[in-house]
Amino acid sequence: MRHLLDTKTLDRESALRILDVAEDMSDTQSREVKKLPTLRGKTVVNLFFEDSTRTRISFEAAAKRLSADVINFAAKGSSVSKGESLKDTAQTLQAMGADAVVIRHSASGAPRTLATSGWISAGVVNAGDGTHEHPTQALLDAYTIRKRRFGADSRGRDLAGVCVVIVGDVLHSRVARSNVWLLSTLGAEVTLVSAPTLVPQNVSQWPVRVLYSLDEALAEGPDAVMMLRIQLERMSAAYFPSEREYSRTWGLDAVRAATLPGDSIVMHPGPMNRGLEISSEAADSPRSTVLEQVTNGVSVRMAVLYLLLAGERNDERGRDL
Amino acid sequence: MSARTVLQQADISRALTRIAHEILETNRGADDLVLLGIPTRGVALADRLGALIASIAQTDVPVGSLDVTLFRDDLAKNPTRSPQPTEIPPGGIDGKTVVLVDDVLFSGRSIRAALDAIQSIGRPATVRLAILVDRGHRELPIRPDFVGKNIPSARTERVNVRLSENDGVDEVTIGA
Amino acid sequence: MTEALVITGARLLGNDGADILIRDGVIAEIGPGISHNDARVIDADGLVALPGLVDLHTHLREPGYEASETILTGTRAAAAGGFTAVFAMPNTSPVADSAGVVEQELALGEAAGYATVQPIGAVTIGQKGERLAELGAMANSRAEVRVFSDDGFCVFDPLIMRRALEYVKSFGGVIAQHAQDPRLTEGAQMNEGAVSAELGLAGWPAVAEESIIARDVLLAEHVGSRLHVCHLSTAGSVDIIRWAKKRGIDVTAEVTPHHLLLTDDLVRGYDARYKVNPPLRREEDVLAVREGLADGTIDIVATDHAPHPSENKACEWQAAANGMVGLESALRVVHQTMVQTDRLSWTDVARVMSAAPARIGMLAGHGTELAAGRPANITLYDQSVAGEFTTAELHGRSENSPYLGRELPGQVRWTIHQGVVTLADGEIVEDLGARRGAE
Repeated sequence: MRHLLDTKTLDRESALRILDVAEDMSDTQSREVKKLPTLRGKTVVNLFFEDSTRTRISFEAAAKRLSADVINFAAKGSSVSKGESLKDTAQTLQAMGADAVVIRHSASGAPRTLATSGWISAGVVNAGDGTHEHPTQALLDAYTIRKRRFGADSRGRDLAGVCVVIVGDVLHSRVARSNVWLLSTLGAEVTLVSAPTLVPQNVSQWPVRVLYSLDEALAEGPDAVMMLRIQLERMSAAYFPSEREYSRTWGLDAVRAATLPGDSIVMHPGPMNRGLEISSEAADSPRSTVLEQVTNGVSVRMAVLYLLLAGERNDERGRDL
Repeated sequence: MSARTVLQQADISRALTRIAHEILETNRGADDLVLLGIPTRGVALADRLGALIASIAQTDVPVGSLDVTLFRDDLAKNPTRSPQPTEIPPGGIDGKTVVLVDDVLFSGRSIRAALDAIQSIGRPATVRLAILVDRGHRELPIRPDFVGKNIPSARTERVNVRLSENDGVDEVTIGA
Repeated sequence: MTEALVITGARLLGNDGADILIRDGVIAEIGPGISHNDARVIDADGLVALPGLVDLHTHLREPGYEASETILTGTRAAAAGGFTAVFAMPNTSPVADSAGVVEQELALGEAAGYATVQPIGAVTIGQKGERLAELGAMANSRAEVRVFSDDGFCVFDPLIMRRALEYVKSFGGVIAQHAQDPRLTEGAQMNEGAVSAELGLAGWPAVAEESIIARDVLLAEHVGSRLHVCHLSTAGSVDIIRWAKKRGIDVTAEVTPHHLLLTDDLVRGYDARYKVNPPLRREEDVLAVREGLADGTIDIVATDHAPHPSENKACEWQAAANGMVGLESALRVVHQTMVQTDRLSWTDVARVMSAAPARIGMLAGHGTELAAGRPANITLYDQSVAGEFTTAELHGRSENSPYLGRELPGQVRWTIHQGVVTLADGEIVEDLGARRGAE
């Protein structure tokens, strides 16, 4: 695997491989000694142009558990905030010997620009670019759904027939996009629920169904309900009139959560706006996978870093993932 | 280009039976034994040894698997390998006599990686090594405790172990 | 005294071959077998002769953004593309909203000597959209400005647009609108559509262009004035212009070469060479503007040549500047999209790339026919060749062309500006300013 830039171009075989390796990584995390020597001597740079403690720490933990060296590059307060370009920053990292660059950037497409520019030879992992994609989040979400459904028997399985409802600001959500592509690739059926202003105008080519009513979607008894964080700034741009109306119409409150079938799960990529898109009852219930998602995130990112860095760098497959 | 068969099904069967007896002899019984097969074919061999030991000693012996991929030192020289499952039997390995089981012993690097893997899981009292085929050309100071057959080989030759559980037939071949 | 020239064997507007004699900057004679005498001979056997091309929409960047382009480098690029006149958009620094700046631009163009530079004046002071600039002063200056635009920005306030349309009537001027509703396109990065939804790039919806055009044609009708629509890019916009013209509204429209060829699918991959305003649209829009240009709904092709230095393009999409250079490739793209598809003849090309732009911009002495007594502004084009478009074909200061690496037909071989050769057999003639100054 040369880069992991998105799930749109991640085929089923490659996706399952990542999930299965993540199972093995997860197993090692319950051992006495969690650390593996696998990526010893490799350098992973966390190149975060956007604030994100959670994702950065998750990648850092993943890299360190594989004995890789980690360098954290936060854009704020660095030469980037003084206007250094992506190109110059990248070439500095190249000169420092980075083997992998995990990049989070506010501009959609920045990881692809980095990966295809010829500025660096390191592998690139997209940790979230603008409103475009967040592939490792989708992978850990799929891993979580699979694990809850199949338990110890998860290896090799896809999500055929699993019904997933994704609720929230799809228009601005890279988590939603990555999940739409990956879940469909794995055979799941995806329904998007949102206010009409928060769904892109043209999703007719997407492998999804779009509903405006959360109650209608929940009445079908989905296997997983994924709540997206709503950003309050969207209110001032007139995407919805008020928090109260948003929460009443599209929030997963205790009443709605109670209508879900027994083993349905409630998911959230975090951080949560408790009381807005998700109630505390729903977030803290046994069907909530919020904390598992965090743990699974480390295993999935270990798998991604392993597949990116462990083998010979130009393996016979050679293509980007 | 021809490969010649050096071990047939009956040879393999006899070798494994002898190894099972040797393990019991060295260990003075079946107490605290844990067999861990190294994927891929070490797993089937460990299962067979476990069954043989159980029938000889009239007592069950825990059998599991130990994947060593993540501990190898030659990952960068090969296409990316997918790890296989590691299943440690419920009693664990602390204080036990762990017998690693693998099909072919060559450079010894897999076994070195296995020792590292064991170290991350627990602290056995003893670790021993059971091998179906020892083909020589060690690169590390690793030696097996129980050997099915010594097969001298040229470095460039391929020694192939096929087992019915994995390949539908039991045989060991050597060839170009 | 410029040297006398005889162009031999040129196919006038793609039709029969003839010789053209040029003396003192004027076409002296056209016919078969003109004697050469002391004239320099230009062998144009097989080449199409067009009147010198006129670009109603160019960004020359000077004054203020000389890192991207200067009037000298921009007019060299123009000559390489077969242009003998370019209208310079006013989004310079300082903005061309006064007589002083437009006269400076005119002088710089004359000094460079490669093409006639006709300044366009800003509609509002600083292009801020709040107060009208001194349109009259610019019209009466040595630059004789007749075209006014806030290009780069939309004249959004309907009252200001109405006043501007009314005001220019006193000297027969025209307002050239960059149609883009700013409220509907805040932070927009590419065409709003299926591709933008997938790529997570903020969309620039077609309606933001169409709603402004619809408003402006009605305003122009109401006040009885003339309107020109810059870089029209959507099928809906073509429909509105068609409706307006049928109604008798005095409106003209332009389309860029890139909107005749490229679609928003190219944005996949986030290569900022394809970032432009208005953005690349869908295949349906490309076909609609080609039809519009063919049937006369769209009057002209204008390049919107917009140079940018490499650091403003070799970066993540969001940080990249909008624009493409287009002077050198324009005729070739029109050849590929309109002539090779039998939508336009060379006579039509002469109309949409020379006569009509000059007429709309009220530029005398350009866009005239290839006939005796007319100014000698001539472009000779080889339609029989084809090749990969490379940086070697670019003669401006910047290289942000979306055609690099693409096969394009044709080649501009000779450009003659007021009887002076500016492009000789595919090579830019050097030091023209000095030479012409000395005459």
